Amino acid sequence: MSSTGIALRQVEFEQKSFWRNPASAFFAFLFPIIFLVVFATLFKGSRAPVGNVTVAYDDYYIPALVAFGVMGACFTNIAMSLSLRRDSGILKRMRGTPLPSWAFVAGVVGSSIIVSIILALLTTGFGILVYGVHVPQHIGAAAVTIAVGGLVFCALGMAMTIVIPNAEAGPAIVNGVFLPIVFISGTFFPVSPSSILAKIAEYFPVRHFIDAMFIAFDPAHQSSNGFNGNDLLIMAAWGVGAVLIASRRFRWEPRKS
Amino acid sequence: MSAIVVEGLRKSYGALEAVRGVSFSVEEGEVFGLLGPNGAGKTTIIEILEGYRSRDGGTATVLGIDPHVGGRKLRERVGLVLQEAAVPAYLSVTELVEMYRGYYPAPRPAAEIIELVGLTEKAHERARRLSGGQQRRLDVALGLIGDPDLVFLDEPTTGFDPSARRAAWEVVRNLRTLGKTIVLTTHYMDEAQYLADRICVIALGQVVAEGTPESLRAGTDQMTHIRFAMPDGMDAAMLPIKAKALDGQAVIETQTPTRTLNELTTWAVARGLELSNLEVARPSLEDVYLELTNHE
Repeated sequence: MSSTGIALRQVEFEQKSFWRNPASAFFAFLFPIIFLVVFATLFKGSRAPVGNVTVAYDDYYIPALVAFGVMGACFTNIAMSLSLRRDSGILKRMRGTPLPSWAFVAGVVGSSIIVSIILALLTTGFGILVYGVHVPQHIGAAAVTIAVGGLVFCALGMAMTIVIPNAEAGPAIVNGVFLPIVFISGTFFPVSPSSILAKIAEYFPVRHFIDAMFIAFDPAHQSSNGFNGNDLLIMAAWGVGAVLIASRRFRWEPRKS
Repeated sequence: MSAIVVEGLRKSYGALEAVRGVSFSVEEGEVFGLLGPNGAGKTTIIEILEGYRSRDGGTATVLGIDPHVGGRKLRERVGLVLQEAAVPAYLSVTELVEMYRGYYPAPRPAAEIIELVGLTEKAHERARRLSGGQQRRLDVALGLIGDPDLVFLDEPTTGFDPSARRAAWEVVRNLRTLGKTIVLTTHYMDEAQYLADRICVIALGQVVAEGTPESLRAGTDQMTHIRFAMPDGMDAAMLPIKAKALDGQAVIETQTPTRTLNELTTWAVARGLELSNLEVARPSLEDVYLELTNHE
């Protein structure tokens, strides 16, 4: 079988596993949709300051939530499901077959990207139809941003497994790192750019992913092409760092007690 | 030709010397039992041969290849059934077997392997709905789907009920008739006795005995035991041969069972006594194993 064929088969198996597992389907998929309804209802009619403009809250929130969905499907999902599979010996067993490691990783990443794309389409569609959000100005830029963000956060999810000692500790560690950064990065409501929290958030990729999504949706017509190179560069730097660390330190076997 | 050759194998974890100069070889087509108590080093040896661990010293070849650098070429020819390997919970038996099937250059048909491990009726059941024993059999199927020349079975029947164990034994027997080389670890001596052509006993990181199950039993200086229910109104002192009384039973230990038995039965027949529950037991493989591995 060709290399592409092997990778595509892995994607297929990962997809089957994902949708049949109520925990992953709920947390990675239904969660962002529930957030969408809750926050859009809470902040109905309010406006959000973004840089030097003010937009309808939903116009701010929908691109931020697209980014949130991608991060959940890639970072959280991969960090948790791979540490679970490592603990139960599934990864060790895979390692004993002729399946090349890259093909396994391609399957995991490809499946997460598919979930991300579906989530992005649903969130955006829901926003447009139900909450009167503007149609994204730069569709191409939005797609590129989702692809870059997806890959970066997949790499971060794989790197994250290195610091997870065992599967029981997974949710606490992953959410303990992820959720605070998500909040200070202004995922659910804008954080004043002059605040100390916002300054901290600048160092992490989450803030830049949200910024990049917002500028691709561009409801206030601030950009000519929907890209802010700086955001993508900082995300990419995190991604490269994560790949370097994961490729050296990723463990296929449970840690011996 | 030997499927596996190990010479002077060494491995330490920090200050702990887990494997201290182990040598053995496994011939093509034989079932080789690797026995030893927990912590004896057998899992380390197996994992070095499977390619999961590096070694500190000595040489090892598996199908003529160094397992540490064997990589994909070697993994295509070796089937693994690990001690504790789970399978993805949400895929069905057939889906999993098909998935693994795609990893190998010349696999067996999925249905044939599912039949071989006796899961045909569960072929469309998801792995999480299988019983522990059935999951283990699925595990075995995944180890065999690539039509390997060499199969590692690490405690394949632990946790099985007796009928499931018998079924698993038949699977291993079938593999042997197919000409596969099998390396088996187990804690069950009856399993080793039934399945293994040769046995290697490891204790404290070293080989303490090697041979066929029969030669190990013959090689011991342990006594044969003769037991029978103590006749009514008698005690050990009234018997013609030195015996111990144990829970209403008389137990005689002897190195000359034919002669001893003759004396005993002659004595009993002369008195018109029927020795109920009479049995003669050679040291079992388990007795020999316990003697070999008892260091306390």
